[in-house]
Amino acid sequence: MRWIRKNIIGAIAILVLVYLFIPIAVVIAFSFNKPEGKFNLQWNEFSFNAWTQICGVPGVCQSFLTSVQLGLISTVIATVLGTMIAFALVRYRFRGRSSTNLLIFMPMAAPEVVMGSSLLALFLNLRFPLGTVTVMIAHIMFIISFVVVAVKARLQGMDPKLEEAARDLYAGPAATFRYVTFPLVLPGIIGAALLGFSLSFDDFIISFFNAGTLVTFPIYIWGAAQRGIPPQVNALASLVFISALAIVLGAQLYSWRRRRSLATH
Amino acid sequence: MTNEGPRAGTSRRVEDLRLAGLTKVFGDQRAVDELSITIAAGSFFALLGASGCGKTTTLRMIAGLEEPTSGQVFIGDKDITELRAFQRPVNTVFQSYALFPHLDIFENVAFGLRRRGIKHVDAAVGQMLELVELSSLARRKPSQLSGGQQQRVAVARALINEPDVLLLDEPLGALDLKLRRQMQIELKRIQSEVGTTFVHVTHDQEEAMTMADTVAVMHAGRIEQLGHPADVYETPRTVFVANFLGQSNLIVGEKIQGGESVEVNAHGVRFTMPGSRNFAPGSQLVVGVRPEKMIVLDLADAGRIPSGQNTLHGTVTDVSYTGVSTQYLVLTAWGQQVIAFEQNSIVGDRCAVGDPVVLHWSPQHTFGLDPAGGLSSGIDPSVLALESDAEA
Repeated sequence: MRWIRKNIIGAIAILVLVYLFIPIAVVIAFSFNKPEGKFNLQWNEFSFNAWTQICGVPGVCQSFLTSVQLGLISTVIATVLGTMIAFALVRYRFRGRSSTNLLIFMPMAAPEVVMGSSLLALFLNLRFPLGTVTVMIAHIMFIISFVVVAVKARLQGMDPKLEEAARDLYAGPAATFRYVTFPLVLPGIIGAALLGFSLSFDDFIISFFNAGTLVTFPIYIWGAAQRGIPPQVNALASLVFISALAIVLGAQLYSWRRRRSLATH
Repeated sequence: MTNEGPRAGTSRRVEDLRLAGLTKVFGDQRAVDELSITIAAGSFFALLGASGCGKTTTLRMIAGLEEPTSGQVFIGDKDITELRAFQRPVNTVFQSYALFPHLDIFENVAFGLRRRGIKHVDAAVGQMLELVELSSLARRKPSQLSGGQQQRVAVARALINEPDVLLLDEPLGALDLKLRRQMQIELKRIQSEVGTTFVHVTHDQEEAMTMADTVAVMHAGRIEQLGHPADVYETPRTVFVANFLGQSNLIVGEKIQGGESVEVNAHGVRFTMPGSRNFAPGSQLVVGVRPEKMIVLDLADAGRIPSGQNTLHGTVTDVSYTGVSTQYLVLTAWGQQVIAFEQNSIVGDRCAVGDPVVLHWSPQHTFGLDPAGGLSSGIDPSVLALESDAEA
């Protein structure tokens, strides 16, 4: 009894982690598979083929690059716009401020199917050709919401006395922003940008409605799933996972080492 | 050797700070009401008052962080009212210190110099950190410092700019009692070393009295009384000051003789005070005396009282021994509680509860005040609530 009581939380935690990581482990494992038929669903034979010939399947790398490019551009534009909106909402009192605060949540709250289809209707009505630009517009729209929310939280959590102190110490409005406000809000902006990129890279529903003939990575996988997913997709997906992991670990390591060097200083 | 940075010990030209009719209105409330004072160059000036009395607003107007509704701020002959905060030769030590969390101690201290385009800051920053005894922590982040250390960084960050006036907004409020005492001495030392005018805002009367050479007691946007701490304490001019700065026994009475020596009849007892210590305009007045000025004697020893002293008969209702002194509560014939402190330097028995006693004190320690504002003005509301509970 005592043994159970002592270890039950740990046991449940392990089970939850297993539950979370099994799908990822399967994806990585099957990137080393050499499937028998078209479908990479049954383990056949270990091989590095998918990794050595990662672009071996037509279109897969093209779609991957398209998604990376799309994600980067949308994130940069949305982060700049969203940061400015957040500053306006926190720092200034203007007409329509509270309704803006509410409306900014809409893209986050609305179901993606609704968003995707209504955007499509809009573009069709405007006779706007579907493609990179329409997908980008759609992505920027929903990333902005996340950026605004993250940067706003950061700004609101900032002690207003810090900016007063900067003004008191001979920093004009521009210098106050550059040397105090911006560095303090930056972690929020970076966090929002990372999240925005992963949302854009990951998005299928909204992109699918508005892509026209453009093939993003999720759209490619969806198409491939109809005909049989090549292990290259697993390899690319593993690559994404590993780079995300590397970023997180790198950041942890960096802050840990900095804290240690400061403590011994 | 660079020429930048403060040179400890050297005298530099500092100018007076003058407020002329300074007023700030928030909505329909006059937070600061026609404030006109001159703060002498190089002095340590304390603005003392309860929260909401307008002292912090006054400070912020001097710093340029708040715009006055009307009135002006001068440094020497120069009107700085229209200057923005970053253009004023004035620096602030904030209550929460407001150290920049993303910069280390060195960069925090160097901030003001860098913003003014000074390139070589090492010598000045080093000197400043030495003044506040933090040289070894230059590369730490503010969050790694203790409260007292952060406080010293805040002082260094402001003083390095050699301001004409250093503003301190309750700088010791966040520290515990022991550290506060230590920092009081420290700040006093720094002030005498750099010779800058310090304007210190606080609600702690003891802090104001120990540190400042001029104290201004502020109440409802106005200055009630201004002067040397000892003068303000010994000779309060209003009921507010008598109650807010220390404690006072206040007895309502009627003036029966004016002139050089004022005689008062209060509940049938006669009190005397010098005419120069009576500040009541009319014949109604409040007789005041500080608790430590009263000497408590057993009724049997009444013969030992020298002639000319003010005396008051009563019964002891409470005795509390506080170490340094003993605190007596004495009930007068008309049912008023009077408080008296006795130094624990006497040999022999103290008076006990129920003893009939005579309190006596010198007319020179007596003051007369205008009763118009009521007798409880200046007493902490929570203390008042306690007292009414005790009576019920």
